[in-house]
Amino acid sequence: MSVLVYTESEQGKFKKNALEVASYASAVAKMMGTTVTAIAFNTTEGESLGEYGVSKVMNVKDGSLETFNAGAFAASIAEAVKSTDAKVVILSSSTDTKYLAPLLAAKLSAGYAPNVVQAPDSTSPFMVKRTAFSNKGFAHTQIDTDIKIVGVSNNAFGAHENKTAISVEEISGAADAATNDTKSVEIDKVVGKATIADADIVVSAGRGMKGPENWGMIEELADILGAATACSKPVSDLGWRPHGEHVGQTGKPVASNLYIAIGISGAIQHLAGVSASKTKVVINNDPEAPFFKAADYGIVGDAFEVVPQLIEKLKDFKAQNG
Amino acid sequence: MKILVCISNVPDTTSKINFTDGDTKFDTNGVQFVINPNDEFGLTRAMWFKEKQGATVHIATVGGPTVEPTMRKALAIGADEAFRINTEPTDGFSVAQQLAEVVKNGGYDLVIGGRESIDYNGGMVPGILASLTNMNFINSCINLDIDGNNVTAFREIDGGKEKLSSSLPLVVGGQKGLVEESDLRIPNMRGIMMARKKSLSVLEPVDAIKATEDKKFDKPASKGQVKLADSVDQLIDLLHNEAKVI
Ligand SMILES: Cc1cc2nc3c(=O)[nH]c(=O)nc-3n(C[C@H](O)[C@H](O)[C@H](O)COP(=O)(O)OP(=O)(O)OC[C@H]3O[C@@H](n4cnc5c(N)ncnc54)[C@H](O)[C@@H]3O)c2cc1C
Repeated sequence: MSVLVYTESEQGKFKKNALEVASYASAVAKMMGTTVTAIAFNTTEGESLGEYGVSKVMNVKDGSLETFNAGAFAASIAEAVKSTDAKVVILSSSTDTKYLAPLLAAKLSAGYAPNVVQAPDSTSPFMVKRTAFSNKGFAHTQIDTDIKIVGVSNNAFGAHENKTAISVEEISGAADAATNDTKSVEIDKVVGKATIADADIVVSAGRGMKGPENWGMIEELADILGAATACSKPVSDLGWRPHGEHVGQTGKPVASNLYIAIGISGAIQHLAGVSASKTKVVINNDPEAPFFKAADYGIVGDAFEVVPQLIEKLKDFKAQNG
Repeated sequence: MKILVCISNVPDTTSKINFTDGDTKFDTNGVQFVINPNDEFGLTRAMWFKEKQGATVHIATVGGPTVEPTMRKALAIGADEAFRINTEPTDGFSVAQQLAEVVKNGGYDLVIGGRESIDYNGGMVPGILASLTNMNFINSCINLDIDGNNVTAFREIDGGKEKLSSSLPLVVGGQKGLVEESDLRIPNMRGIMMARKKSLSVLEPVDAIKATEDKKFDKPASKGQVKLADSVDQLIDLLHNEAKVI
């Protein structure tokens, strides 16, 4: 029996959340007195997981699984669960894992708890703390099935080094027994830029920006900080920014280290999606904007004056601090 | 085409969240319940299929009699028939099992649920339902076209979107993007009157595995006062030296 962790990779390289989930799995294994096995797909850097407490990697080497396929990935992970007799499966909370996790849960008749923010409260019974009510609360969820699936929130647990002797084994993908003919046709994705899902810093702007033509300074600010850009719902509804950038209760959740909200009022539905971020900064010309009540730092001022200044000063700051 | 839309009855998005009974239950006091926003996008897309391509649209909800006003609203928006599975929804796995019975008995070509409900955020009902009924599954769906048996869909991915092909029967986990926000419908008087006459059947639940249980709830620690910076320099200083985030 071991803890199985699914570590996501892209073009062979692990995503940042792979190291977080490996660290999480290692903490769970320690609580349970067992070891961690990872399953990865077509990775070229399996051994690096040894730095994060993984003692064995099952690398699915299969050209037909170069791109993510929820059904096929779930089938291979389910096989790995069986062959390692894993009782606990750890995943991230990325869009892809949220696609495959329910399929895996059904295959294994396993209880699944997504958006988990800390190491289990206990492993017997198995209880985890996860966000609920769109970040307005937390639930302590007990998983009662023999096999348990835990989806860890991005940025919640962090990556922790814990050097372990590791072996890497190559395996082939499992056939997806279910009739699943859903296929990827085309991927349209911004490359080389931080995404909202795993960025440390998110620069977000709202209707206060007045129009899409004013987003240049938002993007410039994000570039300097190595941040992802995001927006409030009306901004994406108006077509000023793509839907995928809308954060909040009905959009994407953000759990970054720093969230900068510019010209966003801080409606309850917006706050719900960003409250898991650690430090929140607000720039708004209305001192009564509700966002100031939820923020750590703020500047009361006109975004069209503050943001250009911030860009200039941050350039200097970066030049001095590397 | 026969479509089933799974509707979750959730607290209105402006609700303040409180817990009772020693923080073991969600406090429904003074809370307005609505159609889960992700499901509402799916329902509206189903109405589009009905009007443009011809389809019958049913809805199903797992819950006690208190969910019926939300179901009537979905009927007023234009769904043809409703099923309520008469048991309190406890966890996503068991809800999916209840809905799977309706799907198996109804012969649906397309089942639309929400990517997640905005209350318990389980995000598992459509996927588990697809597995239990051996249907294809597309999650976080932001665009859906059906031509005969062929499905072309887009789903959200981190940092972009992916185009997918599939075939019916299909389960979709939907969200904003399935239809434009401005196309969401508010029931009109005629719809409300007609909804009263539509069939809302109550089905008894089947035995289901309960996989998870929310034992206790708590709320995020309340925030201290915001620190307002007088200048951009001071803000950068606070972020660097105090918050240590840049
Ligand atoms: C069912 C439902 C779900 C929803 N889900 C979401 C969600 O997921 N995410 C979301 O964001 N919203 C959501 N909303 C919408 C939400 O209620 C608010 O309408 C929205 O968040 C407001 O966006 P905003 O702050 O950009 O715009 P506004 O409310 O228009 O606020 C603009 C802000 O910009 C400030 N401003 C204006 N000019 C300047 C300037 N020159 N410099 C600095 N500041 C300026 C103003 O003072 C104001 O505070 C939802 C609503 C509903 C009904």
